[in-house]
Amino acid sequence: MATQAAHKEQPLLSVQDLKIKIQMESGIMNAVDGVDFNIYKGKTLGLVGESGCGKSLTSRSIISINPKECETSGTITYNSESESALNGLNLLSLKPTGKQIRSIRGRKISMIFQEPMTAFSPMYTIGNQIMEAIRTHQTKDKKEAKRIALEMLSKVGISDQAKRFDQYPHEFSGGMRQRAMISMALSCNPEILIADEPTTALDVTIQAQVLELMKSLQAEFGMAILLVTHDLGIIAEMCDEVAVMYLGKIVEQAPVKEIFNNPKHPYTKGLLRSMPRLGGNKSKRLDSIEGSVPMPINMPPMCGFYDRCKDRIEGVCNAQSAPKITISDEHTVRCFLYADQREGEVQ
Amino acid sequence: MTKPILEVLKLNKSFQVKSDKALFKKPKPVHILNDISFELLEGETLSIVGESGCGKTTLGRCIVRGVNASSGSVVYHAEDEKAVDYLKLDRKGIKAYRKDIQMIFQDPYSSLSPRMNVFDIIAEPLIANFKLSKDEVEAKVTEIAEKTGLNVGYLKRYPHAFSGGQRQRIAIARALITQPRLIVCDEAVSALDVSIQAQIINLLKDLQEQYKITYIFISHDLSIVQNISDRVAVMHLGRIVELASTESLFGHPQHPYTEALMSAVPQPNPEFKKERIILEGEVPNPANPPSGCHFHPRCAYKTEKCIQEVPELREVGYNHFAACHYAEKLQLRGVPIESAELQVN
Amino acid sequence: MRTLPLFKGQKPAAPVTAAPKDTVYSSQWRLIYQKFKKHTLARISMYILGLLYLVALFAQFIAPYDLQSYDSKYVNAPPMGLRFVDAEGKFHIKPFVYGLKTERDPETLRKMFVADTETRHSFKFFVKGQEYKFLGLIPMKTHLFAVEEPGRIFLLGTDGMGRDLFSRIVLGSQISLSIPLVGVGISFILGLIIGGISGYFGGWLDSLIQRVIEIIRSFPTLPLWMALSAAIPPRIPVVTMYLYIVIIFAFIGWTDLARVVRGKFISLKNEDYVVAARIAGVGNTKIIVKHLLPGFMSYLVVATTLAIPSMILGETAMSFLGLGVRSPATSWGVLLQEAQKIENVALYPWKLLPLGAVILTVLTYNFIGDGLRDAADPYKK
Repeated sequence: MATQAAHKEQPLLSVQDLKIKIQMESGIMNAVDGVDFNIYKGKTLGLVGESGCGKSLTSRSIISINPKECETSGTITYNSESESALNGLNLLSLKPTGKQIRSIRGRKISMIFQEPMTAFSPMYTIGNQIMEAIRTHQTKDKKEAKRIALEMLSKVGISDQAKRFDQYPHEFSGGMRQRAMISMALSCNPEILIADEPTTALDVTIQAQVLELMKSLQAEFGMAILLVTHDLGIIAEMCDEVAVMYLGKIVEQAPVKEIFNNPKHPYTKGLLRSMPRLGGNKSKRLDSIEGSVPMPINMPPMCGFYDRCKDRIEGVCNAQSAPKITISDEHTVRCFLYADQREGEVQ
Repeated sequence: MTKPILEVLKLNKSFQVKSDKALFKKPKPVHILNDISFELLEGETLSIVGESGCGKTTLGRCIVRGVNASSGSVVYHAEDEKAVDYLKLDRKGIKAYRKDIQMIFQDPYSSLSPRMNVFDIIAEPLIANFKLSKDEVEAKVTEIAEKTGLNVGYLKRYPHAFSGGQRQRIAIARALITQPRLIVCDEAVSALDVSIQAQIINLLKDLQEQYKITYIFISHDLSIVQNISDRVAVMHLGRIVELASTESLFGHPQHPYTEALMSAVPQPNPEFKKERIILEGEVPNPANPPSGCHFHPRCAYKTEKCIQEVPELREVGYNHFAACHYAEKLQLRGVPIESAELQVN
Repeated sequence: MRTLPLFKGQKPAAPVTAAPKDTVYSSQWRLIYQKFKKHTLARISMYILGLLYLVALFAQFIAPYDLQSYDSKYVNAPPMGLRFVDAEGKFHIKPFVYGLKTERDPETLRKMFVADTETRHSFKFFVKGQEYKFLGLIPMKTHLFAVEEPGRIFLLGTDGMGRDLFSRIVLGSQISLSIPLVGVGISFILGLIIGGISGYFGGWLDSLIQRVIEIIRSFPTLPLWMALSAAIPPRIPVVTMYLYIVIIFAFIGWTDLARVVRGKFISLKNEDYVVAARIAGVGNTKIIVKHLLPGFMSYLVVATTLAIPSMILGETAMSFLGLGVRSPATSWGVLLQEAQKIENVALYPWKLLPLGAVILTVLTYNFIGDGLRDAADPYKK
């Protein structure tokens, strides 16, 4: 794959042909339909898409926390840097409740969620819960665990940690809880951090704080981040590479500048055009994408964006699913419009 | 100059919050809205922006009398030039004006009754306000449904059969059917996906042009606000801290809070590496507001005066109001309109 | 139709544009019905309960004997089985029962019944017997079944006075199954009105009503029953007594329902769509009738269904203690009175059979309530 050729190093995590099917009353829903991407050390991959496109399911399948109804296939290869025993492990082959995935979850790959309230138990203090995470994976020593927990709290910018340590989740504000969750997620120094809409529930000024925090922590710890979001602004600020998802497929994948400056897929173009931006023309009509996202239930093989696409080619786009086409070394797109460039552009 | 349609004067709203510590202690009032005053001109879009808890939603609901304000008045200038205090009208008196002022809610899932079909939902305000025959109602509903981009064949369906964007169209159709002069849009597009958001914003703009509607557009999203509004009011902890035309406010903000808000918005442009102002600390709790200027604990420019004196909202430029002691002295950075426009092939 | 599985903290988002044709036009009640149908246990319970009520309705027809008939020859007789094969192993097309003869236990010298293999009484359907009024209106003599005279059939044995237990359970079901319905019906109306007032108007009226409810609910139930039933004058007609008991139950039962109604009123009053209707200028009465009532009716049906079992148990308990229904009227609780003595239970265990009827009814109601609860919000997964 061209996207990977650009990176010389081995990816930390490689997702290949991930498919998630959900049995519905009205048929089988292909919630995620053949997703490939790689995550590299110290880099941030953004997974962007609208609600229902499968981005959350994709990210959750990495640490096997999807509900039972999700039938998952494909491979997710994890190449641990620090532990050779975990090198080349297919995470999907592990039992979702088994010991091995649990030893990876939270220690090697952590996750932060949109609503930090659900990640903490209301019955225990924040400090207690962070300590618990450290003690399960890192050290059995209580004092040492507390020291690490306090250090982590100060790292995420929580002042007065000693007092905060003994407070309960409800005594924290939304932004503070998100910080606490990040500190818990990073307490075991994971290699990969999955952030699922980490700032969607927060106010803009607090969102700015949390994003800044994530960036500085990445610079310090060097972990890879998989950032799942619907906000292109956050993508532009945080990511090195972007994968745009639509209806369970990655329709376009490229480095962040390439996506914003040279988008290829009609959906990506439409998204970029339709979002209002600061400094944009006031009272200008927005270019919207017509129609709405269909349900991927019993879909015939065709481009999922066909109904809403302005550049659709009848008889082609609705006859088979779009192939992955390489635009340049690091840029791939799933669209028939570029099918003829395949030979010309790739050497 | 255009006539005002609504004048909000010294609007206050406070809740009595019972102290959980003492059973017999007197409840303490929490001021959600503090002396809010502004004028709304006919046909314009005034946006109200602010972070959660700043009182913007309460303000919207007070204006349409979804909740009752504690004090103050909302003077409505009716079509026949008569001015009435909308908040002082009794149940009978308000009947004549309900049809003029409507509202669109944030969550299209909770704002439509799951027990009525779409036709009945849209027709409800019409039937409540006008005496019409069945055929007239049907003609009117069909007309509005077409105008808001709903499939007329789907009117007998129930809301659960529609997507979020479609539901918001239904909500707009319901608000529009009495031909109101003013619509309060409370985060009307926040719950929608980006591509659907653009559809709804465009729809709102088209309808405004067609029916000469005045909007109060309540939102936390500055990018949308900039796109849709003529004037913008920035709220912070129950007060308006800045009020100006969109160009003036975004181009030359006069309040440090506005500057910080704008700077915090993530720009969908990877090349755009600006210096971001990261506000320290949290949004203060309205139950226990800071002294003086409520923004001072997070303000980079604060002085002793800010801690002690509450700044008044005053005119600091032509039609540009700000509540900051140093509005004229500070050189704040804005986002000049059109400059950061991005070309998409 | 189901949407994407939801995770905690995630908003329902999956668009439902491709909803199958039949559900898009379905009103809420239809969706509730469709979801209820899928709850197998509730559906089966529904059938069983329907059967029980049919039996109660046609009790006089089904029961071979009436409440008064007794036979001192057959005191504490055990249940007899219907037979096709006789003691010699001969097969008979017509089912029959053996007659009973008394013997003494050689050791304990206790009187006991054994099957008299000499006398065979064949089983018959639609037999003329004691006169009764069908559905309380039409005088009739035909009963569903009986055996040839002079034989007698005691499918579930007899009690200490020689009365057929099967007939008594069937006839007792009339009171045991209807008291809770009428009681819940009255509490439903009381709860709806009082809870509605409390929730809609709020303020001091709400506080007052809530305190009254708290006081009523803080009474210990048993002494309260005793006190209330002491107020029922002795030796009154069956119908009047029935009414008194129903009122006692409704008096306690409405508090629960009033709370459900009040809570729903308060939460629905601030729902966006109700606020929207108010802003649109819809009048108070119309908002209550069109938005609030339908909004919590499904929950109220659930609460009501789940309130019935406790009333059944209450009636049984009261009658068991001799505080409720009294002879000559009969309910399952009255029948269980005989099971108060340990010797009765030890020697004549069939006297516990009315308990089976109670358990069956309570369970079916609970399962139906469960099914309704799951179906009450058809939009939730």
